[in-house]
Amino acid sequence: MAGNRLPRWLVVALAAGPATGLAVFFAWPFLTLLAEALTGETIASTIRRRSTRTVVWFTLWQALVSTAVTIALGLAPAYVVARYEFRGRTLLVGLLTAVFVLPTVVMGAAFLALLPDSLDRTVWAVIGAHVVFNLAVVVRLVSLAWEHLPTDMESAAATLGATPRRVFAEITLPLLRPALTASAAIVFLFTFTSFGVVRVIGAPGTRTIEVEVWRRATQLGDLGGAATLALLQLAVLGAFVAWSAIAQRRSSRALDLRPAISRRRPVGRTEVGRVRAIAGASAALVVAPLLALVVRSFSTPTGWSVSAWTNLGRTEIRPGLRIGIDPIDALWNSVRTAAWATLFAVVIGALASLAIAAAGRSGRFLDVGLMLPLGTSAVTIGFGMLITFDTAPVDWRASWWLVPVGHALIAVPFVVRATLGVLRSVDPDLTDAAATLGASPSRAWIETVVPYLWWPLAVGGALAAAISLGEFGATSFLSRSGGETLPIAIERLLARTGSLLQAQGSALAAILALVTILLVVGVEHAPRIAPRIAPAARRDRSRRRT
Amino acid sequence: MSALEVRGIGVDFDGLTILDGVDLSLHSGEIVALLGPSGSGKTTLLRVIAGIVRPSSGSVLIDGIDATALAIHRRRVGMVFQDNQLFPHRTTIDNIAFGLKMQGVGRAERLRRAALWLDRIGLTGFADRRVTELSGGEAKRVALARTLVAEPLVVLLDEPLTGLDRELHDRLMTELATLLRATGITTLLVTHDPDEAAVIADRVVQIDAINHPA
Amino acid sequence: MRVITTLLGAALAVTATACGTDASSSGDKVTLVAYDSFPVEGTPVNDALAAFTAESGIEVELLIAGDTGTMLSKAALTAGNPEGDVMWGVDNTFLSRALDAGVFDPYRAAGLDTVPAELTVLVPDAEATPVDFSDVCLNYDIGWFAQRGLAPPASLGDLVDPAYADLLVVQNPATSSPGLAFLLATIDAFGPDGWQDYWRALTDNGVEVVDGWTQAYTERFSWTGRGPRPIVVSYGSSPPFEVLFADPPRDDSPTAVIESSCFRQIEFAGVLRGTDEPEAARRLVDFLLTDGFQRTLPLNVFVFPANGSTELPPEFVEFSTIPEAPRSLDPIDIEANRADWIDEWTELVLG
Repeated sequence: MAGNRLPRWLVVALAAGPATGLAVFFAWPFLTLLAEALTGETIASTIRRRSTRTVVWFTLWQALVSTAVTIALGLAPAYVVARYEFRGRTLLVGLLTAVFVLPTVVMGAAFLALLPDSLDRTVWAVIGAHVVFNLAVVVRLVSLAWEHLPTDMESAAATLGATPRRVFAEITLPLLRPALTASAAIVFLFTFTSFGVVRVIGAPGTRTIEVEVWRRATQLGDLGGAATLALLQLAVLGAFVAWSAIAQRRSSRALDLRPAISRRRPVGRTEVGRVRAIAGASAALVVAPLLALVVRSFSTPTGWSVSAWTNLGRTEIRPGLRIGIDPIDALWNSVRTAAWATLFAVVIGALASLAIAAAGRSGRFLDVGLMLPLGTSAVTIGFGMLITFDTAPVDWRASWWLVPVGHALIAVPFVVRATLGVLRSVDPDLTDAAATLGASPSRAWIETVVPYLWWPLAVGGALAAAISLGEFGATSFLSRSGGETLPIAIERLLARTGSLLQAQGSALAAILALVTILLVVGVEHAPRIAPRIAPAARRDRSRRRT
Repeated sequence: MSALEVRGIGVDFDGLTILDGVDLSLHSGEIVALLGPSGSGKTTLLRVIAGIVRPSSGSVLIDGIDATALAIHRRRVGMVFQDNQLFPHRTTIDNIAFGLKMQGVGRAERLRRAALWLDRIGLTGFADRRVTELSGGEAKRVALARTLVAEPLVVLLDEPLTGLDRELHDRLMTELATLLRATGITTLLVTHDPDEAAVIADRVVQIDAINHPA
Repeated sequence: MRVITTLLGAALAVTATACGTDASSSGDKVTLVAYDSFPVEGTPVNDALAAFTAESGIEVELLIAGDTGTMLSKAALTAGNPEGDVMWGVDNTFLSRALDAGVFDPYRAAGLDTVPAELTVLVPDAEATPVDFSDVCLNYDIGWFAQRGLAPPASLGDLVDPAYADLLVVQNPATSSPGLAFLLATIDAFGPDGWQDYWRALTDNGVEVVDGWTQAYTERFSWTGRGPRPIVVSYGSSPPFEVLFADPPRDDSPTAVIESSCFRQIEFAGVLRGTDEPEAARRLVDFLLTDGFQRTLPLNVFVFPANGSTELPPEFVEFSTIPEAPRSLDPIDIEANRADWIDEWTELVLG
């Protein structure tokens, strides 16, 4: 693109929208939070309060345990997926990924349905849900590395006298370490900031920092204390990300340059049995909660029936008393919100991608800036927006577009990633050719580059829709009574112990799960249906938990 | 009693017969070169002897003992792979000392012995070098040293000089011949280059002469 | 590509029309925000509201915002840009929080003179309007205890007795007004330094905590909800409901009240600050104090009307318990310590 740069003013104009949106809806609320939190009094009282220590400790240890268990359980499936070719392999990977992108409340609902009452609402249920959720991260990342680990290297170690156990300890594990630490870091990040799962499954006393921020702000009215906690979490996360970035840079990257070894079919009865057992167990682990969810939606106080489904709109507790949330309304609210959020995300994402691609070096700032909302928890975003836009002339609390904007903030990075990849892979010769035929730089762009945008934007849009439909953290703060979305309705219904209400909650969760899976499966298959115009963009799978 | 003997080895893979009825015998200290074009099953035979590939029929005897069912790490058969397979996360000296570590040799002792071999292959001072920074020739020498320091009963070499440029090839060829004779370990090397075979080995066997796939 | 653009366009059109309904509709409409135990349809309360609409032409839309604590939190967070026009159900325990957050617009309702002085003492400047009162008391299932030959508890102190382990369900004082009232009752009973030990003992004795009254009473209580717990925090005026709606009919109450646990609760309604319909909101508040509305309260919301001249149904009087000396705390104390008390309680009980 060297001789064919877009005019400066155009790049600035393209970047203006996204940059302004970022500044107004992310940076400003963030600063407001800072101001709210950094008063000496609130910091002192927050630190002094015993519950702060309890909550931070709990968040930390459940994240560590969840991470450890996920890694431990993910190793065997990662090995099997990396080394063997077997029927159902793609299905297994697809299943794991589908589970990964489910909304948090859906996973919570599924686990409530799966576990017997005695385990319901215990910490172990929370950890279990975390493990199932994040198994995909470990399996995908570790199997990717494992695919590049030559079997000959392990054989070489064996010829030097290493027993299978020592081969694993001396050769395999050290070489897998970068992938293991990368996946551990991601899983830790997700489980540390867990909100939806803990809200739905956890007992009232089970609180992660995220839940405590929400509780202090919405139930106790302690905005200062909540803000301090939110910033405390950000500080911990920032330190963790910095540490893991340094740690990853130091660990050996020796496997990167090796070609992937080809997989083979398992041979011999023991091998086949082992592969089947591991693949089967992993599949069962992730499918069981979803099945339980569907089953639960048919279990009513009067036995098995479809009454939960047929009565989705009525949430009666006793004659005349209602639960205060209308599931059908919530469904339409979710659809509406998702439509707008997708529109915002796609438009802003397109503008941003064009600006970043055209700006060259300086485009990095906008790129990184737009990724920042992913690094802040959804709860922090929603909370920040709530306390920023509450006085005239920016009293936007009642505006219909506030929630979609919050969702778009989180979804834009995904649109940008999808679009930018395609933009950057467009052959620059095409634009140059157009220029030689007399097109001005902007015209050349419009004719040769912009037409390639439609497909990645559609893909990014589908992702944005899936994110918006399942978003729970920010929406918990921003939604108004009567404007609740589906995840909020699900959480409310599941908080009751009335069997019919739980069945209704499960039914709604099943619907949400189905829609999300369909959207994401569509995205997964996009490269195959897309016109062969550009190499398929690599999509970033490290999706943020909401 | 031969130091290494294969009897009637047959290997089928995916319906294809790669080896059939292979007999070969080496006596102690002998260096034998197995000659043949690529794809003729020479490397597969090496892998059978090392224990990496399970034969569909036949047996492998090492020092008279039937090792066919024995796991790789119990056979005391060393193998130098064509692409060396040096451990990238370990330093040069740690690579060389690996086999000794597996044998339970203490740290000081094994580093001493590995250092001796470093000198022997002319790479004094390379002890802490990362193996990913070694040149082709240096890596090949390290791979050789790694195998030999562990004093295996049999050494297998898979196309040790293939792919090296002319000058390095010739230099390494003579070094290899000297080193192998000096250690006196029974050696089976596989190559497609008859000159190489003639220089390094005591005896040359054509793979086609001993392998009769249907 | 054309397919995509048409789909996008269609989606936009649909959502645009759907969003258009955000704008205010023609005619007067007023939104009454209430907690989840407020009847939504089918009861005399709703009939009375319909009568209001018929008379004034103002439509009343009910917005159930969850339990009292949640309702109030939302109101506090949306103060000045409220979700409705009138709010029903903030009680004396939560009132200070509402007033601090500027939730209400002061308004001296017509009919305020019918309200006894003891109810208006908390709102000297008509910041909100008292609409009913009751006592938050422990209720227990008579039959449950009789069946097991166990003497029912007679006082707060009895509840820590191991004989009554795992039998009590209470509400979270952060989210529920009877929950908070009960906590305050224990603070009154055991003092600001002794209540912590009491609650520690209660926790050891297996107390269950849920978020709201509806959940506690209609799901966990053994009589009404066919749940596992025969002792629940509810109202002195809850037993009449059990008598009136008993099936088969009965003439005695299946549930009883532990009088010494009762804490006086006064409920308020008020015009929400920043409402678009201040006039209509005021008229509704006026209506809420009229006899026509107040007399529906005893048998439908199970509280005593604030309007002193409203007649009480005899069944209501017969079966409800009006304690001689209900517990209460100085409102100034409540205002000063409520947040800390809830915090401390949360740490003690929920961990």
